[in-house]
Amino acid sequence: MSALPILGVWLGGIALNVWLARINTRLSRGLIAAVFGLTLILLWEMAVRIYQIPTVILPAPSQIAASFAANRSILWTDFVQTILRGALMGWVIGAFAAILTAIAIDRSPFLQRGLLPIGNFVAALPIVGIAPILVMWFGFDWQSKAAVVVVMVFFPILVNMVAGLKATDALQRDLMASWAAPYGASLWKLRLPAAMPFLFNGLKITTTLALIGAIVAEFFGSPTRGMGFRISTAVGRLDLPLVWAEIVVAALAGTLFYGIVALAEKKVTFWHPSQRG
Amino acid sequence: MTDAVLNAPQARRLRLHTGDLLPILTVLLVIVAVWYLGAIRMNAAWERDQAARAGVQLTTSELVSRTLTQDRPVLPAPHQVAQGLWEGVAGQAVTSRRSLVWHAWVTLSATLAGFGIGTALGIVLAVGIVHSRVMDLSVMPWAVASQTVPILAIAPMVIVVLASVGVTGLLPKAIIAAWLSFFPVLVGMVKGLRTPDGMQLDLMRSWSAPKTRVFWNLRLPSSLPYLFASLKVAIAAALVGTIVGELPAGATAGLGARLLSGSYYGQTVQIWSALFAAAILAAVLVALIGLIERTVLSRMGLAR
Repeated sequence: MSALPILGVWLGGIALNVWLARINTRLSRGLIAAVFGLTLILLWEMAVRIYQIPTVILPAPSQIAASFAANRSILWTDFVQTILRGALMGWVIGAFAAILTAIAIDRSPFLQRGLLPIGNFVAALPIVGIAPILVMWFGFDWQSKAAVVVVMVFFPILVNMVAGLKATDALQRDLMASWAAPYGASLWKLRLPAAMPFLFNGLKITTTLALIGAIVAEFFGSPTRGMGFRISTAVGRLDLPLVWAEIVVAALAGTLFYGIVALAEKKVTFWHPSQRG
Repeated sequence: MTDAVLNAPQARRLRLHTGDLLPILTVLLVIVAVWYLGAIRMNAAWERDQAARAGVQLTTSELVSRTLTQDRPVLPAPHQVAQGLWEGVAGQAVTSRRSLVWHAWVTLSATLAGFGIGTALGIVLAVGIVHSRVMDLSVMPWAVASQTVPILAIAPMVIVVLASVGVTGLLPKAIIAAWLSFFPVLVGMVKGLRTPDGMQLDLMRSWSAPKTRVFWNLRLPSSLPYLFASLKVAIAAALVGTIVGELPAGATAGLGARLLSGSYYGQTVQIWSALFAAAILAAVLVALIGLIERTVLSRMGLAR
């Protein structure tokens, strides 16, 4: 009997979406995604209440929202420590290092042929594993977290940037040569712009990696603030709503971070086919 | 956002040629040399300290040889790591708790279970998305959004919570591995199932082929190259997920637990050997899928 309202909401959500799918506008597409998400949250809340699932296992969305509102100052300190200091600093340093390395090895086919397979190999490895080592070397504060992030984002960006620098075709390079453009000019005016879609691909992939690196590194030691620290201690105190509030912050930060990079991509690579329509 | 993910330019897959061997070896050699120099530099402080306390003057050669044979070096030298790896693999019985083979097996079984679940889920969702507009519009944006959530970071929490409900062992780790591996499969399969162009679909229609025939005889075969490319990403992601899932205190088995206990007790050689064991495992798994890919695709005449 108690499953009836849940079933009702679920079927209602599906019916609403089927109806919305017949109208094909920008607004209706956004609405469909929103309805799907809202239905999920509603089902979650109802399931927790009707079956009386203990908070320790799965808190209801309303409890998470209450905890979020009550702990705003804690969440903000953690956000600054982990996201702004650890993840963002590491990401910026790692991205710059990777871009500069890619440009540096661009003129040497020998180095490229040697570094690229290794870079591809390293990009597939479980690099988070170096977190305990780097925490040992750089101490507990945000510097060690930034170092982990630097290592994690370096190779994916490097591999993409090197591929991007090769993305010009012979016709375009010949045109530059026929204008007697020096290396610097052809790099700046042709090859760097042409590399941008690839570079942004790497930058977008690594936004999530940066957050993961910064948070996971905190499990191996951290000062008494930070999202990883808060998650592990709150789990110990069985304060699950706070844990979920941190997860909400991480999700929002991740989406925002990705969104900003995607927006920058739209502005910079407006000419690329993938940005049309 | 969906389109951006699906149409993003991909770095071209690199094939190894025999001519690449020399450059790769050179770069590897440089890395090993830098590693040795780093090991000497980073371990020297402790040796100097010890010598100063004992009131002994160390010659340079003595200092170098000591920095490369420490028990708990800041940075173990390559040969120490190789030795630790060898002892962990060959020096122990396979069932021993100190055997890296045993730990790798624990990690591998959870990885494969999660990879299986994630792949199945990704394929089923992709088939649904390709055939139903409602699913495409409602699931796809959330699948993309789900990947901006740093799930890996909350993996230890998932393990602890599941353990408090009584779910322990392989399943919690497999769930995290599955979550990480379903997305690449989903995106690759959606792209792959949509590769048949209008002409091919029209041909099927002119034979009045039902939807199931279109799926089995046209869509599925043409999606396989995309599927295999995603599987390689997915299995690497599944391995990372499993290792991080082994991090929370209390886990005693698996490469992740090895990393954690090594970091607690300052056993740097143990950390580095576990790290390299994980790297080798990842490389073997990716290579294995590459092998299956080549066999299947060449049998189907799709190999490029």
